Amino acid sequence: MSAPGLSEHPAARAMVARHRLRAWEPLPWILAFGFYFAFPNHLGFGTDLLIMILFALSLDLALGYAGIVTLGHAAFFGAGAYAVGLLAHHGVWNEPITGLVIGAAVAGLIGLISGLTLLRTTGLTLLMLTLCTMALLEEAANMGEKYTGGFDGLPNLPIPPLFGLFEFNPLYPRVQYLYVLGVLFVCFLFVRMLVYSPFGQSLTGIRENVLRMHAVGAPVNWRLITCYTISAAIAGVAGALWVQTNTYVNLTSLGLDRAATVLIILVLGGYGRLYGAFVGAVVYMALSHFLAKVYPTAWQLGLGLLLMLIALFARNGVLGLWDRLMGRLLSRRAPP
Amino acid sequence: MIGKFILASALATVACLAQAQEVRIGVNLPYTGIGAELAQQIDRGMEQYLKLNPVKGYKITIVKRDVKDPSGGNARNVIQELLTQDKVDVLAGWVYSPNAIAAAPVVNAGKKLAVIMNAGTAHITQMSNYYVRTSFSMWHAGYTMGEAAAKNLKAKTAVVGFTDFPPGKDMLASFRRAFEASGGKVLDEIPMGSAGAVPDFTPFFQRAKDKKPDVFFVFVPAGDHSSAVVRTYGALGMRAAGIKLIGPGDITQDNKLQGMGSAAVGLVTMHHYHADLTNAENQRFVASWKKDYGADSTPDFMAVGGYDGMAAIAHAIRATKGKVDAEEALTALRGWKFASPRGPILIDPETRDIVMNQYLSEVIMKNGRLFQNTIATFENVKDACKALKIPPCK
Repeated sequence: MSAPGLSEHPAARAMVARHRLRAWEPLPWILAFGFYFAFPNHLGFGTDLLIMILFALSLDLALGYAGIVTLGHAAFFGAGAYAVGLLAHHGVWNEPITGLVIGAAVAGLIGLISGLTLLRTTGLTLLMLTLCTMALLEEAANMGEKYTGGFDGLPNLPIPPLFGLFEFNPLYPRVQYLYVLGVLFVCFLFVRMLVYSPFGQSLTGIRENVLRMHAVGAPVNWRLITCYTISAAIAGVAGALWVQTNTYVNLTSLGLDRAATVLIILVLGGYGRLYGAFVGAVVYMALSHFLAKVYPTAWQLGLGLLLMLIALFARNGVLGLWDRLMGRLLSRRAPP
Repeated sequence: MIGKFILASALATVACLAQAQEVRIGVNLPYTGIGAELAQQIDRGMEQYLKLNPVKGYKITIVKRDVKDPSGGNARNVIQELLTQDKVDVLAGWVYSPNAIAAAPVVNAGKKLAVIMNAGTAHITQMSNYYVRTSFSMWHAGYTMGEAAAKNLKAKTAVVGFTDFPPGKDMLASFRRAFEASGGKVLDEIPMGSAGAVPDFTPFFQRAKDKKPDVFFVFVPAGDHSSAVVRTYGALGMRAAGIKLIGPGDITQDNKLQGMGSAAVGLVTMHHYHADLTNAENQRFVASWKKDYGADSTPDFMAVGGYDGMAAIAHAIRATKGKVDAEEALTALRGWKFASPRGPILIDPETRDIVMNQYLSEVIMKNGRLFQNTIATFENVKDACKALKIPPCK
């Protein structure tokens, strides 16, 4: 029935080739490596930036791909963070790599349990409920001050050397940077594979037209719950990394500030497009870091102006703006 | 460019500017967010010290960095960069205790003198041997007030209301311990919401009123909470019911006091500083402050923490001839005495924490403005948490 040459159609070709590695895709990783050598005294900031990218990437999976509107993603960041922090503080377990797995498991479990109820709702209700879940966890950590340290946090967590060889130096965080970069790379490959898989395609379908997905018989609710759980687990990895590199955790890891920041970063970069997390985190974090250095009291003005401009003129974030510009350029060049 | 480095260098003597040895001070404060007002007080306190007591012969460069929030992570990065990029000789600042706790490993690795100008959680000075504190411990005011409530105010019973975060819990623990040791009885302990937002205090205060205590001890963080406390106390008619409102000086913070109106008259507080202290250093300090920042502006206990912190740094600079080697500087600061606007202070040679007077004061109306009248002075008060070794203090 298929017309001859249909697979040769540009749209079909784009569809088939979309998961393939593009020539520019190694660029972020080359830049990240370059940063290590070019700015050896900025690696503390660099480490935080990479963690933020991972956290934003986890949110992109839920918000950008599956369209789960959440304002409480720090709940999972904090869950992963506290899982690692509590085990290390109470002398149960502190090996870094397995710590990440534990952080992911705990955050994923909370994602699964909360997702089972939350994901029956949509829109503003969902937004409020995700916020409430985070607030409940935060208050639980506050009330369990005896174990969690509350607002003052768990100090001086003993994190042993990576693979028993590479020590985390508090003053020159080179090992921390490379460690986080490695974990980010692995997680990114996983997320990339996931969003181009049939599972990932069905998530996009749910985001775009949930009724049709129901109609074609897709198990919409379970897809959403699975996605939410995976997203939570990756956020948990980000939280675990944050604790291991800071050797410290307190209530702010579960706070609204963090949840709002990651949302802004993702929207700034462009959601639902994998690299939005990278661009958004780099722009937001670098601007706030270097502006704050030059103007410690007034840096938020510059950042605020940028966000306003993005919201007004680049609805799909920096990457959306880039696409539009490139689109114009190409269409001008192409023959009419 | 307005400058990465805000130079206080004009203070160095002009003649030998070229030869003057440079000392770099890395300041970490929350210049933005809810702590911005506190950071400004500390900043101005440091500025006033350098203006009134120039450190002759040295060029002092202050590198200011915003720590943004109490998450610990940002402060850690900032301090890391101050040490490795800006190569500072001395670290200073710390408004939020979590940041001092999180930064302790970095401070230990950096091996530089670190002067805490606000953060008041009692045990943080024990987390690094490089920490010296010129502000206070929560136990200074809380413990002394517990004794004073029983002895000076002749109270037999008390209810404690506190904001539900570590400083509030410290304040509760210290007050209760001293009050009960002096024969008083705490009838109720009421957690009153978080530090992040000002709650409606009415239900908490009504609960306190129903217990009919002699005094109602309230701790809320300095800032907008205190105005609401005073308003609610007035609205519920607790004074007429014979319940005295007492607390640490945070509830009568100087730069909020005049906005509280006549409802604040009769408040009794315990603190190490208020702007109405009559000693000569304070009069000079307040006069210079008002001249520089306007007649309506008032220094408060944050500002004096910055002022004394800079005094400690200046002493360390002179004692080490500008090298500010951490070990030498710490030796010079152990047992260091200084005539501060808050009265005589001393750095405890054992704990590196401050020893200072506590003032029991009552708010009165004087010449049409609210005035803090000192009723009693408790001299050379040490941090009771460390003196009594109450965990986590050692």
